Amino acid sequence: MSANDLERKIVVIGAGPAGAKAAMAIADLGSNVLLIDENPYVGGQLVKQTHKFFGSKDLYCGLRGFEIAKIFEEEIKKRNNIELLLNSCAVGLYLEDNKKVIAVVNEEKLIKVISDVLILATGAYENFLLFENNDLPGVYGAGAVQTLVNQYGVRPGKRCLMVGSGNIGLIVAYQLLQADIEVAAVIEILPKVTGWYVHYAKLKRCGVPILTSHTIVKAIGKDYVEGAVIAKVNKNFKIIKGSEKRLKVDFICLAVGLTPFVDLLWQINGQLKYIPELGGFVPYYDENYETSIPNIFVCGDVSGIEEASTAMLEGEIAGISAYEKIYGETKETKELKEKKKKELLNLRKGPHSKKILVGLKKLRNDS
Amino acid sequence: MPKENYNPRIFEHPILKFEKKKLVKFYFEGKEYYGYEDEPIAAALIANGIKVFHITKEKKRKRGFFCAIGRCSSCLMKVDGKKNVMVCITKLKEGMRIERQ
Repeated sequence: MSANDLERKIVVIGAGPAGAKAAMAIADLGSNVLLIDENPYVGGQLVKQTHKFFGSKDLYCGLRGFEIAKIFEEEIKKRNNIELLLNSCAVGLYLEDNKKVIAVVNEEKLIKVISDVLILATGAYENFLLFENNDLPGVYGAGAVQTLVNQYGVRPGKRCLMVGSGNIGLIVAYQLLQADIEVAAVIEILPKVTGWYVHYAKLKRCGVPILTSHTIVKAIGKDYVEGAVIAKVNKNFKIIKGSEKRLKVDFICLAVGLTPFVDLLWQINGQLKYIPELGGFVPYYDENYETSIPNIFVCGDVSGIEEASTAMLEGEIAGISAYEKIYGETKETKELKEKKKKELLNLRKGPHSKKILVGLKKLRNDS
Repeated sequence: MPKENYNPRIFEHPILKFEKKKLVKFYFEGKEYYGYEDEPIAAALIANGIKVFHITKEKKRKRGFFCAIGRCSSCLMKVDGKKNVMVCITKLKEGMRIERQ
């Protein structure tokens, strides 16, 4: 071990909703935990979310994402058994004997972090979409638009085409209106809007055209986006000739889904399964969120694309399970975990969770 | 579409409050601009109407800001002489010299 090495019993990578809650659960059971995040703040993508959350009091209902991120920061500071390592990006994972060795880049330094039990709460990254001129400046991911507008108060443009009507597309389109940016249209390739009705209704009330069975054909512009061509599609998702329409927009926002960030587990040959309902390749994990590699857990979007409230519960379950690996199962941990599992089940009772439940069934079945 | 007195900076918002930060001078391709200290370089560039961050070597295609979280490499620029800096996650400091690489 060199001076820069850290050796800790339990390490959590990622301080978004899943990782932050995992660390808090571990700390509340009485263990020390090291929480690592690449950003200079905790909360992950919550910091750029301005809509109010649903669910229960325990899951911060009625509060906005950035407010929840602030609560996380305070709650983590309050617990002196959580060691927080910010501005630190986990870039590599290795197995040495029974230890998990993580290569972490902090500013310009490389730190070796050695752990017995590891929780990966690394989240997801945005999907891209293939169309002509998709590399033109002014084609943004929805997350980037949220970062610019909500975190730094900068408008990417005056008039936007939103591609995708899932929750992110709908919510971000509404956030653009709040920032005094026009939304020319929200387009969706499926014959129906895929996000929650409540978010759809807000946009509809503001008069934003929401066009289903539509796709983007190309971006127009010499140096940056000056327009977009959209078109209708048939039931096989093929463009209907003659239905092309040109929109005058100065930026295009892609909200076409997320892919779990599984790279660290991949590096050590952790078992992955391709499950479209969960967002693509996801780690195999059991009911306690343990992967195919003993003592490595996953939670949140890396375990399947869902949303922040379920990510928090998954984090707590993974956190309790990680604690048990070191300190053993007790009546307290068992009961607490059962309670969290029940809450998660309740949260997934709505029609929007059907896809996740199908995906989870596939994950568990033929492995 | 064009709004009068359009400014990419948001000063009024129904939910969010943007604290006034320290204004700092920086250079893009040798020209002087202003941005807020510690905001991402990319945010300062966009606030100044600069959208093209990079021109590809072979096909001379323009590239801009895409993911904002240090994943996609679309925003690599030369900052104070250092190449391949992700300007979406690098904080703006007084006097920085930013160039297309």
